[in-house]
Amino acid sequence: MNELQFLTWVRGTGLNIAVAIFLLGVTWRLFEIYSLGRKKDLSMPRHASGASGFHTVFRRSLAPPGMLKRSPVSYIGGYVFHIGLAVVVFGFAPHILLISNLTGLSWPGLPSQFIDLAAVVTMAAMLVMLFDRISKPVKRFLSTFEDWFTWALTFLPVLTGWMAVQHLLLPYTTMLALHILSVEILLIVLPFTKLFHAFTLFGSRWYNGRVNAHKGVPV
Amino acid sequence: MQGPLIDTLARQGVSRRTFLKYCATLASMMALPPAAGLAMAEAMAAARRPSVIWLPFQECTGCTESFTRSHSPTLEGMIFDMISLDYQETLMAAAGHQAEAARHTAMRDNAGKYLLVIDGSIPLDQDGAYSCIGGRSNLDILKEAAEGAAAIIAMGTCASYGGIPKANPNPTGAVSVSDIIKDKPIVNIPGCPPIPVVMTGVLAHYLTFGSLPELDAKGRPKAFYGETIHDRCYRRPFYDQGKFAKTFDDEGARRGWCLFELGCKGPVTYNACATVKWNGGTSWPVESGHGCLGCSEPDFWDAGGFYKALSLPADPLKFAAAAAVVGTGAGVAIGFANRSKKGGAKSAHETTTLDDLEA
Repeated sequence: MNELQFLTWVRGTGLNIAVAIFLLGVTWRLFEIYSLGRKKDLSMPRHASGASGFHTVFRRSLAPPGMLKRSPVSYIGGYVFHIGLAVVVFGFAPHILLISNLTGLSWPGLPSQFIDLAAVVTMAAMLVMLFDRISKPVKRFLSTFEDWFTWALTFLPVLTGWMAVQHLLLPYTTMLALHILSVEILLIVLPFTKLFHAFTLFGSRWYNGRVNAHKGVPV
Repeated sequence: MQGPLIDTLARQGVSRRTFLKYCATLASMMALPPAAGLAMAEAMAAARRPSVIWLPFQECTGCTESFTRSHSPTLEGMIFDMISLDYQETLMAAAGHQAEAARHTAMRDNAGKYLLVIDGSIPLDQDGAYSCIGGRSNLDILKEAAEGAAAIIAMGTCASYGGIPKANPNPTGAVSVSDIIKDKPIVNIPGCPPIPVVMTGVLAHYLTFGSLPELDAKGRPKAFYGETIHDRCYRRPFYDQGKFAKTFDDEGARRGWCLFELGCKGPVTYNACATVKWNGGTSWPVESGHGCLGCSEPDFWDAGGFYKALSLPADPLKFAAAAAVVGTGAGVAIGFANRSKKGGAKSAHETTTLDDLEA
């Protein structure tokens, strides 16, 4: 298999398989999680200002008082790499083209130099966070294989994409194919790991906010 | 027309100065040091015509057409005339047994020294019956001719990589020259058709240094196939700015913006079109407003559609809807299973009574 055939495979059969498993996994997990249900809380609902599912969805995006100072790497690094990922994934013209081809939705792209900067910043933030996870004993103790694995799966698409654009290490065709392949692996793994938070994050925040609001506690 | 090349060129009105300029250009095109131009001129001027046998196999004659038409009457064309082309079905006057005899004579007289140029792929199915010359299969003729060749030049994508005949589902079982011949130096000059100057460049290199130019992993001369079309494209700045033509006749197309979204394969195609151009430097596909097809790459024909951007799926997502349905089904089924488990646990739950505690 030469590199163009490899690229054609990842753009064709590979993408087909990955998207299929991704959609299967996402619908399966969403139905499974939301059909679990919870026991009805029979106690009298209490009321407190700022306590509701809706509030929590937003409040959890901000650092609780004092936490930013105690754990700056987690918060700032987390923000930077999540926003960076969003910029790179949704701002790069070839990515928009893919989304528009699959869904019909389209918007103007950002200049490639800016995307390039965002990619480098994202990777730097992810590396800092990885280093923090390794060097802080508590974080290291709490980390399982899944944490390291999902970090690598998130990092690889950014790295390979950036290297493809920059023509580093391997010919562009091979690098582009590896980039697409890494995204496909990410798609396949996403529904079955903690990466599924991309889908469940707001739902679970709402749930936590709602349960606590019933008890009169704004969380 | 025997004798050194320079005499023949002089007879045709080509001055020494023009010839030197041409050699210098050729040397710089191949990224050789300045002195190589002179060496090239000396070697080429003194060169006796090397015997070239050109075998057409499963092909469309487009390579020959392109090569003989596009440069006439330039120096490349003349140098091409200056080689002793002992067998070329399209161009030779002889036919039938005469032609076969000419080939055999050339092969015998120049054994071990002649250059073998192949255009077209070699069909292997049905014992090669899909393409025969004089009652013999291409495979048979290739093996025989390769035996005494100094080197082989695979001209065009078909000879280099199988090309269009090899396109899915490859009905004739077509393969490239390098799939069959393993013991001779082979230079691939892919393209559909290839750029003529690459051919003369390779010939000039062979005459000057007595060796073939440096090749890349796919057997192509690095001097011409070292960079992608995209990286040398004059429209590249528009790609970096995110300015793309969306259709072939929109504002962007008129302004000469990047053709990536219209399916240009420039980013994955290694060829010299963007620098050397075509028809004596007049223009080239992207300059004329059409994206690159990727014709100098193996299996370009099956690389997911000419008008599909590289970032788009090569095939439609066939399983997506089915997968979503199966996923929903699985989720709902597991949901019911979980509920019944919960219900089961609830009904199996025994309340602790006072008697239990006292017992």
